[in-house]
Amino acid sequence: MNFSKIYALGLRHIYLISNSLPRIIDLIYWPTVQIFLWGFISKFFTLSSDYYSNTVGIILTAAILYDFLFRISISFNMMFLEEIWSRNFTNLFIAPIRISEIITSLTLTAILRALIGLVPAAILAIPLFGVSVFKLGLPLLFLLLPLYLFGVTLGLLVTSGLLRFGPSFENIAWASLFFLAPLGCIYYPIEILPYSLQIIAKGLPLVHIFEEMRNILLNNTVNYLDIIKSISISIVYFILGVIIFYSSYLGAKQRGTLINMGE
Amino acid sequence: MFIQIKNLSKLFKKNLAVDKINFHIEKNKTVGLLGPNGCGKTTSIGMMLGLIEPSEGEIIIDNKNLDSFKRDEILTRINFCSPYIELPKKLTVKQNLEVYGRLYGVKNLSERILEISEDLDIKNFFKRKTGELSSGQKNRVSLAKSLINKPEILLLDEPTASLDPDIGDFVRSYIQEYRSKNQVTILLASHNMNEVERLCDSIIMMKKGKIIDRGTCKEIIKKHGRNNLEETFLKLARSQDELQ
Repeated sequence: MNFSKIYALGLRHIYLISNSLPRIIDLIYWPTVQIFLWGFISKFFTLSSDYYSNTVGIILTAAILYDFLFRISISFNMMFLEEIWSRNFTNLFIAPIRISEIITSLTLTAILRALIGLVPAAILAIPLFGVSVFKLGLPLLFLLLPLYLFGVTLGLLVTSGLLRFGPSFENIAWASLFFLAPLGCIYYPIEILPYSLQIIAKGLPLVHIFEEMRNILLNNTVNYLDIIKSISISIVYFILGVIIFYSSYLGAKQRGTLINMGE
Repeated sequence: MFIQIKNLSKLFKKNLAVDKINFHIEKNKTVGLLGPNGCGKTTSIGMMLGLIEPSEGEIIIDNKNLDSFKRDEILTRINFCSPYIELPKKLTVKQNLEVYGRLYGVKNLSERILEISEDLDIKNFFKRKTGELSSGQKNRVSLAKSLINKPEILLLDEPTASLDPDIGDFVRSYIQEYRSKNQVTILLASHNMNEVERLCDSIIMMKKGKIIDRGTCKEIIKKHGRNNLEETFLKLARSQDELQ
């Protein structure tokens, strides 16, 4: 791994963001809207239902964590799509940078993009709704790690699709996360799902992450087994994502689509 | 031989884009790759750049098979310029050169950027976004990117397409000057026959994925009894199944 090249590719995306104020605003705008929306919905539930009393923190924390996953995945996809939109794809793939370095650079830059959007929104939730995601303490990092890995994995799968099917796969990029959200049990416990879907859901790291988040907030205890399970499942998916990315890259070389990939 | 192409073929499903071509390029020579649209020029260049996997054959660079190089090892020595690919539009000219200079591991990058931007006269729009430039300006920036690493092998795909005669002449003159001052082997794909006559030591004519003729411009013009390369090109492009 050549970190200078990883930095160079990251720099391309840092310049892209820093050159454009609307781009920075766009990064911050959507997470903030999300926090406002879920903050007010949670407040309404608290005031109108006994069942939902004391849930503002849970729903809003879930919204912030889910948005972290969403931002990581979308950032990864966006950075790859930027190369296609700007017709820079060929230049990138003829530069002396290894595929592993491209993946590493996109992975590292994705978290930067996600944090630019999410940190202001998470801070805003403290005075507005009295909810601080940071109250989770150290376990917050253990919840973010599998979310980060799974977000990158989804990014890898979508970019593999872009390599395989070309820019027309772009629409799937936007839909990918919404497809998994119902099975992720982000805002509700897994028992809500029909039994058959529960089995599928348990194969995703999201269920374990969000179940554990609720456990920490409600019971003030940390179940490290659940955390280890979510990290392990995420690592398996991540490895699978990397293998699929490599195989799509080799397939694109066979089909000759790398040379004329563009809008 | 610095570059050797042996029995190189590429089959896309049922379309044989490149059909067992053989040629070589000696070090520091410029070879023109000519042929009508769809004859396999871009596919051949794509295979040399490692962007397209050959179905058959070998690409040997500096006595070493392309497959045996590590991807980054060989690509550090090559670069490519084409008006059909672009640099990130939202980055300034300087930022683009900096990013690509770093990707190519260029030493003393600031000095190199300064040197090449003075040579190609792009310094006055250094801080402008690449997407805001005219075709001629973009073309020079793209050429600057392709020379940032002082490549040993430079692949040029229609480097002056869509340029006005003045800028086109500037680019051709620059390539000539650059070649005389630097050790560089060039493969030039072009539809501009005057450009090919001016820049190339020899040419390779392709048609329907095969090489149909090769030699110096003068040899080929004489062989086909025409007055210039343009007429020769038309004769070869329009002839039926004329193989070498």
